[in-house]
Amino acid sequence: MFEIILIVTTALLLAWPLGRYMAAVFSGAPHVSDRLFLPLENLLYRLLGIAPTQGMDWKRYGAAFLFSNLVLGLLVFGLLLLQHRLPLNPDGIGPLSWDLALHTAISFLTNTNQQHYSGQAQLSYLSQSVVIVTLQFVTPAMALAICVAVLRGMMGGRQVDGAADNSERDLGNYYVDVVRSVVRLLMPLAAFMALLLTSQGVPSTYQGAANVALVDASVETQEQTIPLGPVAAMVAIKQLGTNGGGWYGPNSANPLENPTPLSNAIETIAIVLLPMATVFMAGYMLQRRGFALMSLAAMGLLSALCIGASVYSERLPNGAFAELATAGANMEGKEVRFGPDLSALWATFTTQTSNGSVNAMHDSLNPVAGLVTRVGMLVNAIWGGVGCGFVNFLVYVWITVFLAGLMIGRTPEIFGRKIETREITLLGALIVLPTLCILVFTAITLAVPAITGHSNPGFHGISQVFYEYTSAFANNGSGFEGLGDNTPWWNLSCVVVLLLGRYLPLVLPLMIAGSLARKRVAPVTSGSLRLDTPTFCLTLVSVILILNFLSFMPATVLGPIGEALALAQPTTIVTEVLP
Amino acid sequence: MTTPAHSHSRKSRVVAIDPALLQEAARQAWRKFAPAEAEKNPVMFVVLVGTLVTAAITVQRVVSGAGFGFELACSLILLFTVWFAHFAEAVAEARGRGQAASLRSARRDLSARRLLEQHAEGRNESVAATTLRKGDRVLVLVLTGEYVPADGEITQGIATINESAVTGESAPVLREAGTDHSGVIGGTKVLTGDIVVTVSTDPGESFLDRMIGLVEGAKRQKTPNELALTVLLAALTLVFLIAVTSLPPMAGFMGVQLDTVMLIALLVCLIPTTIGGLLPAIGIAGMNRALQANIIAKSGKAVEVAGDIDTLLLDKTGTITFGDRQATEFLAVDGIPQQRLIAAAVLASLQDPTPEGKSVLRLAQERGHTLPAMPSGATFIPFTALTRISGLQQADGSHCIKGAGEAVKRWAELQRLALPPRLNTLVEQVAQQGATPLVVADSSAILGVIALSDVIKPGVAERFAKLRALGVKTVMVTGDNPLTAGAIAAEAGVDAFIAEALPEDKLNLIRQEQRAGRLVAMVGDGTNDAPALAQADVGLAMNAGTQAAKDAGNMVDLDSDPTKLLAVVEVGKQLLITRGALTTFSLANDVAKYFAIVPAVFAGSLPAIATLDLMQLHSPRSAVLAALIFNALIIPALVPLALKGVRLRVQSAEQLLRNNMLIYGLGGVALPFAAIKLIDLILALFL
Repeated sequence: MFEIILIVTTALLLAWPLGRYMAAVFSGAPHVSDRLFLPLENLLYRLLGIAPTQGMDWKRYGAAFLFSNLVLGLLVFGLLLLQHRLPLNPDGIGPLSWDLALHTAISFLTNTNQQHYSGQAQLSYLSQSVVIVTLQFVTPAMALAICVAVLRGMMGGRQVDGAADNSERDLGNYYVDVVRSVVRLLMPLAAFMALLLTSQGVPSTYQGAANVALVDASVETQEQTIPLGPVAAMVAIKQLGTNGGGWYGPNSANPLENPTPLSNAIETIAIVLLPMATVFMAGYMLQRRGFALMSLAAMGLLSALCIGASVYSERLPNGAFAELATAGANMEGKEVRFGPDLSALWATFTTQTSNGSVNAMHDSLNPVAGLVTRVGMLVNAIWGGVGCGFVNFLVYVWITVFLAGLMIGRTPEIFGRKIETREITLLGALIVLPTLCILVFTAITLAVPAITGHSNPGFHGISQVFYEYTSAFANNGSGFEGLGDNTPWWNLSCVVVLLLGRYLPLVLPLMIAGSLARKRVAPVTSGSLRLDTPTFCLTLVSVILILNFLSFMPATVLGPIGEALALAQPTTIVTEVLP
Repeated sequence: MTTPAHSHSRKSRVVAIDPALLQEAARQAWRKFAPAEAEKNPVMFVVLVGTLVTAAITVQRVVSGAGFGFELACSLILLFTVWFAHFAEAVAEARGRGQAASLRSARRDLSARRLLEQHAEGRNESVAATTLRKGDRVLVLVLTGEYVPADGEITQGIATINESAVTGESAPVLREAGTDHSGVIGGTKVLTGDIVVTVSTDPGESFLDRMIGLVEGAKRQKTPNELALTVLLAALTLVFLIAVTSLPPMAGFMGVQLDTVMLIALLVCLIPTTIGGLLPAIGIAGMNRALQANIIAKSGKAVEVAGDIDTLLLDKTGTITFGDRQATEFLAVDGIPQQRLIAAAVLASLQDPTPEGKSVLRLAQERGHTLPAMPSGATFIPFTALTRISGLQQADGSHCIKGAGEAVKRWAELQRLALPPRLNTLVEQVAQQGATPLVVADSSAILGVIALSDVIKPGVAERFAKLRALGVKTVMVTGDNPLTAGAIAAEAGVDAFIAEALPEDKLNLIRQEQRAGRLVAMVGDGTNDAPALAQADVGLAMNAGTQAAKDAGNMVDLDSDPTKLLAVVEVGKQLLITRGALTTFSLANDVAKYFAIVPAVFAGSLPAIATLDLMQLHSPRSAVLAALIFNALIIPALVPLALKGVRLRVQSAEQLLRNNMLIYGLGGVALPFAAIKLIDLILALFL
């Protein structure tokens, strides 16, 4: 418990100054670090042919976002298809099937890092360190850029003074925002973290896999191949950029990816560092300390509840071993060195933040902790992914402002800008989207068991399918595993869910922000809704919980909730449906 | 000349919910099942489709000889859920129609003398009032006790009119061509004076007709916030539709067949039927409340916007103070006893019909003076523009007069009376306080001065305080000098004032406030108010005002009572709060319904889920029926709240939110647990 408190407190203390630095980065104002970064940035602008002073309204900003993703997507898909003919492939790894290549490309393009391949076995060094690492830097930067543009829109855009009413506002330059977040934020942070991880023994090399003799000479295998590579660098950005796709298949449960208690603490902090810092950044950018504190309180409350439930659940014995093992915490699928607390903490954070890296098997979590991982992904706004998490949070804030605004007898407004039919229509689409993607695909997949590829019948089988699509939609990427997911159906259906789950939740809020930016600002009076109060915070938390509860309760009853209840009554369903 | 404020004389107009009205509403509720009506409400449309499906299943079971009691019960409850929603809307409409009909009845079967020539003395023809068109000029003659045939403006003549048929106010009002009080309403009776009225609206397009349109479902346009909420509710409905339809395949994976009727019950309980069913009624009831206050809004949007108002622009005269100046002090000159001054002032005012004159008598009484009877043989000297004095000539030829300083001095010179040395000082002193001095004299001496000043209407300060608490700023506009204006502003408790205001100052202030992002409401009656009324977000025109003002504003007050603006703000806020509160309530209700129905749906097949049956309901079927019955009955149970509106407490936004969240949010979670359990206990007796 002490370790949990230490890790969370450290993360918050680091996030505060980092958030302040991020606000400075995106304000574009002169900064002491300019001498270091500006030459590199200017070089990039020249190479990409960008006029960095050119502002963009929401349409051009959104178009630039989609266009850059299309170009990157095609590039990456091509590279993955042709990896066997390209250099940096010392182990001679073959090509990926087209559907797997497509799924992998989209999965990394959407900052999801859902893996239907097994990292070290199916990807070349080029694919791993160039294709995937590039996307792991660029995609969080892209979402962060959208988040920054949305925040600017909520303040009426840049150069708000003197802008005519109802005119399109300048939300910044998309390419500049992406370049600056990569150059000034992600690269320095990742470099620093990679050094820290290397110091803990995480491999950092371009040599091919090492062949070593086994210590235990009595076993049949004489020699073992241990894949190596630039692991530390990749793990750093995998954690920081809420990416989650590890070098090794077992991700951070593998001792080479996560060797020591310190490396585990660093990697856990890195999961939530940028999403937490984004909250502070929003406070500085909106010049609303109270709103940032309220957001922090709302997310903190939900996060703490989830961590508490998860840790409590994992300290309980695993129901399946009730009469087999000695009493103790649920250690199935866990690294002994991390134990239940740190595994539960990681599982909670990694699903809340759309990171998806793991240091324990989520398939083996006790039902309540399994439910917590799903809550984190369904809400997708408790810290959330870099950039997109806070955008999702703003969507909940807008919905709450609409309800609360009506309840105080004024047309709902946020920071003086009215939320009207256009905004509500877009918000309505965002409310429907998760159910549409997750439940419809889960239902279709389960209706045709031949394509499901599940390894478990009954509640747990439903849980796995539900988890896979939830993870895809939330752009989380963690897997419940135990699912034979490298099939055309899984690859292609996940591609659809990944795309819908990435682009609509970023572009629709950008549209809302563009629309809000144009509006005339009403001054604050005692009749205005205040967002920095405990009342609003609790209203917001209730809206988040009830909205998700109402959308997903029936499905979760057939999945993890049913499973938990069945485990509590061992004589009923489990024995009944097992073949 | 505006009619005095009578905020409480409206009572007679409020149409109570009487049995006949309910019967009519019940009939109308069935008519709303017509497809054209049904599709306007997406939530209720889904319930209707669900009803048809359960009904079909019931029929199928009857035909196949299976037990059909449960299915029939579900179908009937669903049918009544839709019916209750229609009923709520119909009750609101019926009440609105009742109010509008009482207004409209006044103008039926009227005939008009339409002028065929320019001159009022020219030929005219008798036509039915319903054939009058905009721009027609009609002659209304008092001798025959005629009624004004249509809404319009007096373009010739002056008349006193009894508007009680429309406003409920029996005191006659004065309307005159070429003034700010030239507007007349169709159906009102002319008491004195012959007038020529230019008709201002075509049949069916009067303010009243528009208002009737606002309360009748068929013609009603949704207001902006209502539209936004409808979209949100449609999105939620879609979410639940997906959540429920995705269940059968998932259950199928477990080898479990789910009961379609139970799934429909689950769907209907989850979609926001409570707010969906009451939403039209809330909107109509808001318009009704405006109509009850004798305010005719040109659009529902105007009423809704009123709730958002940040700044209220109020004329001092008539809104904050009584329009007429009233006697507030007797100041005798040196050597004259106060009692003598009062006695003379009373005599001079005994027969004075003006409000100023009456106020002198009232003040004298307050100072302990008993009013004498009119001395025999005395004659009243009326005020004329020439003499500018009024008073009494007694039988012995002596006078008691009062009048403006200069006029009385001239009169005194003619009477060879000495000017008291302190008179000028007194006159100036009174003027400096923002009051008007009236000098009193009798045949022997100039006696002193009566101060006439503005009197602030009772209760105005409290209303402003209430508005301030709701975040509305009040600005007083007056032609007075800054000193006087400041004194009155301080006393009335307005937040700001503009003194020595010119007509264009109002328009400038409105634009300035709007540039700062504020929504502005104002009241006006004169033609020179028209630009400002049009610019304001809420422009409340006085019905007595000019046609230009009425055309420019987006609301008309039949009572011509400027303080009504405050009532409109409240109606607008109540409208939004009621919608927000019932939406929250509706969503919060779902939690309990889940725990009633979800275990029931899976009860037969997946016994593990029975643990979720927190309420320990009698049986799966009784659980579903109890939840459905609650879901249906909550609609009529909340009809009174929807019609009356959630009470608007004077609180900050923060307190309002907290209280509404506690009552409708937390209460919305808790209530259905108790109610469903209770209904289940009752059902258990029969099943």
